[in-house]
Amino acid sequence: MLEIKGLSKSFGGIHAVSNCSFGLKDYVITGLIGPNGSGKTTLFNLITGSIPPDKGEIYFKGNRIDGLLPYKVAQHGIIRTFQLTRIFPKMTVLENMLLAPLHQTGEILWSLWVKRRRIRDEEKAYREKALGLIETVGLSHLKDQFAENLSYGQQKLLELGRAFMADPKMILLDEPTAGINPSLIRKIMELILKMKESGKVFFIIEHNMGVIIELCDWVFVLDNGEKIAEGKPKEIQNDPRVIEAYWGV
Amino acid sequence: MDLFLHLCVMIIIYIIFAMSLNLEVGYTGLFNFGHVAFFGISAYTSALLSLQQVPFELSLLIALAMAGLWGFLLSIPSLRLRGDYFGIVTLGFGEIIRMVFQNEVWFTKGPMGLPGIPKPILFSYRFATLSQYLLLTLGFAALTFLILRIILRSPFGRVLRAIREDEVAAEALGKNVFFFRIKSFVIGSLFAGLAGTLWGHYTTFISPGDFTLLETILVLLIVVLGGKGTEWGPVLGAFVLIFFQESLRFLRLPAEWTRYLAPLQQMIFGGLLIVLMIFRPEGLLKEKGRGSNAGN
Repeated sequence: MLEIKGLSKSFGGIHAVSNCSFGLKDYVITGLIGPNGSGKTTLFNLITGSIPPDKGEIYFKGNRIDGLLPYKVAQHGIIRTFQLTRIFPKMTVLENMLLAPLHQTGEILWSLWVKRRRIRDEEKAYREKALGLIETVGLSHLKDQFAENLSYGQQKLLELGRAFMADPKMILLDEPTAGINPSLIRKIMELILKMKESGKVFFIIEHNMGVIIELCDWVFVLDNGEKIAEGKPKEIQNDPRVIEAYWGV
Repeated sequence: MDLFLHLCVMIIIYIIFAMSLNLEVGYTGLFNFGHVAFFGISAYTSALLSLQQVPFELSLLIALAMAGLWGFLLSIPSLRLRGDYFGIVTLGFGEIIRMVFQNEVWFTKGPMGLPGIPKPILFSYRFATLSQYLLLTLGFAALTFLILRIILRSPFGRVLRAIREDEVAAEALGKNVFFFRIKSFVIGSLFAGLAGTLWGHYTTFISPGDFTLLETILVLLIVVLGGKGTEWGPVLGAFVLIFFQESLRFLRLPAEWTRYLAPLQQMIFGGLLIVLMIFRPEGLLKEKGRGSNAGN
């Protein structure tokens, strides 16, 4: 699925990611853990094209995607969420969702004049899908509210729903359960498991070990920009290198 | 009566001008401080062509094409910049264009301006009187309103608003932010050009002094006052501000007061903007939450 070979990125003298090689095979949910500043988010930014790598290659389903602009990576079917949620504040919940589908006919200027029927049909189908997903994430009562009026947890749900709406091949989640209450964490985990049923593949950055153990099929551990371990969540939990990196003992 | 008709024509021309800027500022989040350049480019293009006896239909099309072309050329380098820096580049462009009008005397007659621009003849109908001209501008304004409405209520318009809200998130959802911005900027320039053309043929005399930064600020004020990012905001804003501006000219004031009039007007505009930002930052009309209307 996703192959990373010898990936490196430095900011000034700091090696945020150094010579990392990963292979996300067909694990359905892969976790990425590591202490703060270990390069997890940088790795996500490298994969999604927000920043270009200094060295190394990234392949997604056999296509090389390193050095592509973020919108191109997204069009390859990789959709991400952000550590601090990025919703569109002055757009309604429904509009936030409707933005997500790729390659919409109505986003092409000339087709607004010559393909009106097709745009209308497409829009109707997306609308139904969006309303379904809004219900799944539990925001139906807020669908016509500006997204800025949502609470932080609700914004996280919206961002997750929007990622599903894009119908990606792979979803990268950057700390999906950070800063929200336990019952909402439960809900987000259930959503991820539900989407897993529908054949979505996930790559998740997470600090909450409980979430990692329950969700992930495979875990990578980063420390100081290097991969220090990988394995099944239960094995990782007892790996001395991981314990040292996390607890400093 | 003539005064009233004159007011209406001016208001409608400014409605078109403001709607074009609203697309950029209100919907796409592009703070264009050189919008008057495109107004001016078209006014000059159409005036120069018409003075060479080119038919109005053709000179209008060429004038729009010139505005669009320059919008495109400016957008390629400038839209790579963010926020304030983009504003500075457009500000500079506006000034450069005015300097060109002023200094390329062989071409534009410089500060002398271009007098005697003929009234337009469209499909062999001559729009000469005030009421006829009002009809013409009204027709073009309605057309502009409809075209922009279709664009902005479509998924295309939705992407523009998303870019205004958060370009990083829009890009992460597979939208080519740079291209969408260029398209928005070119369409905005085109309609500014339409307003400029109509204005030139209306006043029948244009000179570089008509295309200063103040003009951009006036439309910007119209957009902000009316309510940026709303369909009717520019219409309402233009009514209020142009009515105020043009009616000041016809006030009967003692002669020694008139020299204070222009600066006073600027002060009132400035004050108005400050009051607005404090009490109603979203403008007279407010952007409402609503779904896409493409399905209805």
